Amino acid sequence: MAMTPEEETEYRARQKSRNLVLGLVLLGMAVLFYAITIART
Amino acid sequence: MPETVRPCLQRNPAGIRPSNDMTAAPITAQQLPAEWRDFFALTKPRVMSLVIFTGLCGMLAAPGTIHPVIGFTAILCIAIGAGGAAALNMWWEADLDAGMKRTQSRPIPGGRMNRTDARDFGILLCCTSVGIMGVAVGWLAAIILAISIVYYAVLYTMWLKPRTPQNIVIGGGAGAFPPMIGWIAVTGDITLMPVLLFAIIFMWTPPHFWALALFVKTDYAKVGIPMLPVVAGEAATRKQMLVYSFLLLPLAAAPWFIGGTGAIYGISAIVLSSLFLGLTLPVTFRTSAEGDGMKPEKRLFAFSIIYLFALFGMLVADRLILA
Repeated sequence: MAMTPEEETEYRARQKSRNLVLGLVLLGMAVLFYAITIART
Repeated sequence: MPETVRPCLQRNPAGIRPSNDMTAAPITAQQLPAEWRDFFALTKPRVMSLVIFTGLCGMLAAPGTIHPVIGFTAILCIAIGAGGAAALNMWWEADLDAGMKRTQSRPIPGGRMNRTDARDFGILLCCTSVGIMGVAVGWLAAIILAISIVYYAVLYTMWLKPRTPQNIVIGGGAGAFPPMIGWIAVTGDITLMPVLLFAIIFMWTPPHFWALALFVKTDYAKVGIPMLPVVAGEAATRKQMLVYSFLLLPLAAAPWFIGGTGAIYGISAIVLSSLFLGLTLPVTFRTSAEGDGMKPEKRLFAFSIIYLFALFGMLVADRLILA
């Protein structure tokens, strides 16, 4: 069943916020691994 | 067994998971993807705060030093591991959560998330936390973290919680691991002190949780979880709470007796544990009536949280001041 325009807007908004949080988590992990590498050498 | 709960237990015998006919929202597949807030809620952030605190205290109280980045990583892994185990708990208990007022608005029973998403998220967090802990901090700490996750998610949640009224006693072990892991992250070995820290939380958990179970007992009875107050009755629960509170007193002071801490911790532990015991006594020697506000039980539950924060806070204070 096709989504209504309101549902599609909500779908895109949730998708965007999830992607943003996932991006921040990945960035955080990259920084963490960099810091761990420096700390252990 | 009290007459009031027997019919419920007969419908949901121990070990058999209840069906979805228990009220609340049906658990269905979602059209919309879950929000990131729902994934965050799966990790039980409030429980995680206690895990982070006790893990950090174990780390700060341990003899030796740890690089701040490695220390931060260890605490992060403890938190992520606890969050992953909590997500697996919510995945497994979604049907039970739907039947309890306290938990029916959680992401899965609330209808905001698929069960499989919660399961996959939990597994991802658990594996990530153990892997990073092993690589960055050490494999002994990683193994203990993995054991704690399996202990909570499998041994407690899947196996013992629905089968024995002593579930909380055994489940308390899961919450007792963080200070031990924090300590091991610094020292790299297991000695008597981290085992004692484990034992303190292990002994603290039954009176803490049973105090809660006494004033939310109708919810647990409804979904057929054999909590001690439901199965053995209030009187037996109250007596057992006293036993654990009594044993907690010498156990909390034990780190001082063996020379692992100074008098700051030792005296604080004796005072705090005496207060804990003092608040357990009125709970032990009373019976609740219809419409009872359960004030002594609520007071004990509130103090038990303060107790743990204060005790571990004093452990760190003792270490920092003596150092």
